Amino acid sequence: MRRRRSGRVVAGVAGGLADHLGAPVFWVRAVFALLTAVSGAGIVAYALLWMFVQQRPATEPEVETDRREWQQAVGLAALGLGVAVFTGLLANAASGWITGPMAVALVGAAVVWREADEAQRRRWRDGALGQGKAGVVRTVSGVVLVGIGIAAFLYNNIRLDQLPEALLAVLATLIGVAVLTIPLWMRLVRDLGEERRARIRTEERAEIAAHLHDSVLQTLALIQKQAGSEREVKRLARSQERELRSWLYGREVGEQPQTISLAIAQACAEVEDDFAIAVPQVVVGDCVLADGLYALVQAAREAMVNAAKHAGVSEVSVYAEVEPDKVTVFVRDRGKGFDPDTVPEDRHGLSGSIRGRMDRHGGEVRLRTALNEGTEVQLEMPRKTEART
Amino acid sequence: MSVRVFLVDDHALFRAGVRAELDSITDEVDVVGEAGSVGEAVAGINHHKPDVVLLDVHMPDGGGAEVLRQIRATNQEVVFLALSVSDAAEDVINVIRAGARGYVTKTISSQELVKAVVRVSEGDAVFSPRLAGFVLDAFADRPGAAPISDPELDLLTPRERDVLRLLARGYAYKEIASELFISVKTVETHVSSVLRKTQLSNRYELSRWATDRRLV
Repeated sequence: MRRRRSGRVVAGVAGGLADHLGAPVFWVRAVFALLTAVSGAGIVAYALLWMFVQQRPATEPEVETDRREWQQAVGLAALGLGVAVFTGLLANAASGWITGPMAVALVGAAVVWREADEAQRRRWRDGALGQGKAGVVRTVSGVVLVGIGIAAFLYNNIRLDQLPEALLAVLATLIGVAVLTIPLWMRLVRDLGEERRARIRTEERAEIAAHLHDSVLQTLALIQKQAGSEREVKRLARSQERELRSWLYGREVGEQPQTISLAIAQACAEVEDDFAIAVPQVVVGDCVLADGLYALVQAAREAMVNAAKHAGVSEVSVYAEVEPDKVTVFVRDRGKGFDPDTVPEDRHGLSGSIRGRMDRHGGEVRLRTALNEGTEVQLEMPRKTEART
Repeated sequence: MSVRVFLVDDHALFRAGVRAELDSITDEVDVVGEAGSVGEAVAGINHHKPDVVLLDVHMPDGGGAEVLRQIRATNQEVVFLALSVSDAAEDVINVIRAGARGYVTKTISSQELVKAVVRVSEGDAVFSPRLAGFVLDAFADRPGAAPISDPELDLLTPRERDVLRLLARGYAYKEIASELFISVKTVETHVSSVLRKTQLSNRYELSRWATDRRLV
């Protein structure tokens, strides 16, 4: 049997019992009210069931309590309580001084317990321990009610001169209970920590699984499909490797790279993907990407593209060094090379995209190449003092 | 005489691949044994007494650095070349500081790997462009850097810096030699000296830098 989580008025005990017995919830509530009328047995039964019966798991959908059912249930409860108080008064007028404060204390306890249920539900839902302001208010007012009830009860049943002894006895008992239950509290705290750790682990694993699924498994599937094309397989493997590395080492390249090392990594990645070649890069030092440096990276990218297109190689290496006064980038291939004097005027790759870009920002381009000796483009851009980091 | 090589890697598939490649392309190297864990590696290396150990950086029970520590406590003869998929600076620097004479990544071509093995067996250091970049970065003069306690170990000479830069640009030793108008032997001397400094320098940046920066 499980207490109802949805459609409950106080704690879902009556609903749970109705589900368990297969009876209409109205009749269960009526029986509770009747038992309450008979010297309060219904309240005791309800309280015991509340304590010992667990709520249903939070995974089930919740249904808001029907307004009519609410009114009906509250009416029944009021009726039962009223009859109980009335008969109690009839039986023994003096006992009103006992039952009155007890009732106040009971209401207080009910408020606190209900709040505990709520807090647990919220914890499941949000994965947080926080109670919220309203929850704290409810708990505190419940505790105050219990305190008032007990105080009123004691006030009327103990003479003042006995008070110190009584207080001492109560205090001693409380301390005793606290000491006896220390292991219990410890276990509770430990279980809670354990549960949170387990949850974090599960979440991490789920995230890793999701990532591997989205990236690695998809790529492997693609590779199997493209197995005939060596170029395509290499390209896929290389781009996947790069992606996995940046994820593992927490260096994911965003939309707009902020530093020169990231910008160069991104440019190399683009060229790798577009031309199915390897572009290993080594960057020494790092700095924030300012205007001129942005042009430098673009020029370097253009040099890589040229090498990829014309050199006939499978690898182009890039080396960048950030120094206090300048940034230097070398783009090198070991391909066919060329004679710079024979490059036709209409091929603007080198003159426009590289030299033009660098000149506009005060940079320099040097070219080392000869037929069959490979090509190295050296780019140097001064750093403006305010851009220093 | 061929170089006797011992493979240490916890991936059996990778060991088999390297062994097949090395056996098929050249007689210069001879794979005499292999191991998949730190314990096996220590026992195997002590038994076979190879010239060069190809060492995986990432393994259970302490990884390649642990093998290095245990072997080098008793045997200073055997030379280690680290081989890894990792680009993480701390891995590279740590395994070099533990005593490896070189570091190459697993994507290296078989021919390049053979060259690297032969080179370390002759007592030279092998710096991949990436390792050269790491070392340059680690020895860089930054504003607010810690004071140099031992200039012999804590500073690179301008010449060593030049050599490292060219290494990082992907130049071969021969190309570096002709670029700087020095002999290949001199290039090797510079590289070995840089390796020694990387291993022995107590420069604060070197250890902090390696842990700070996971990747360059």
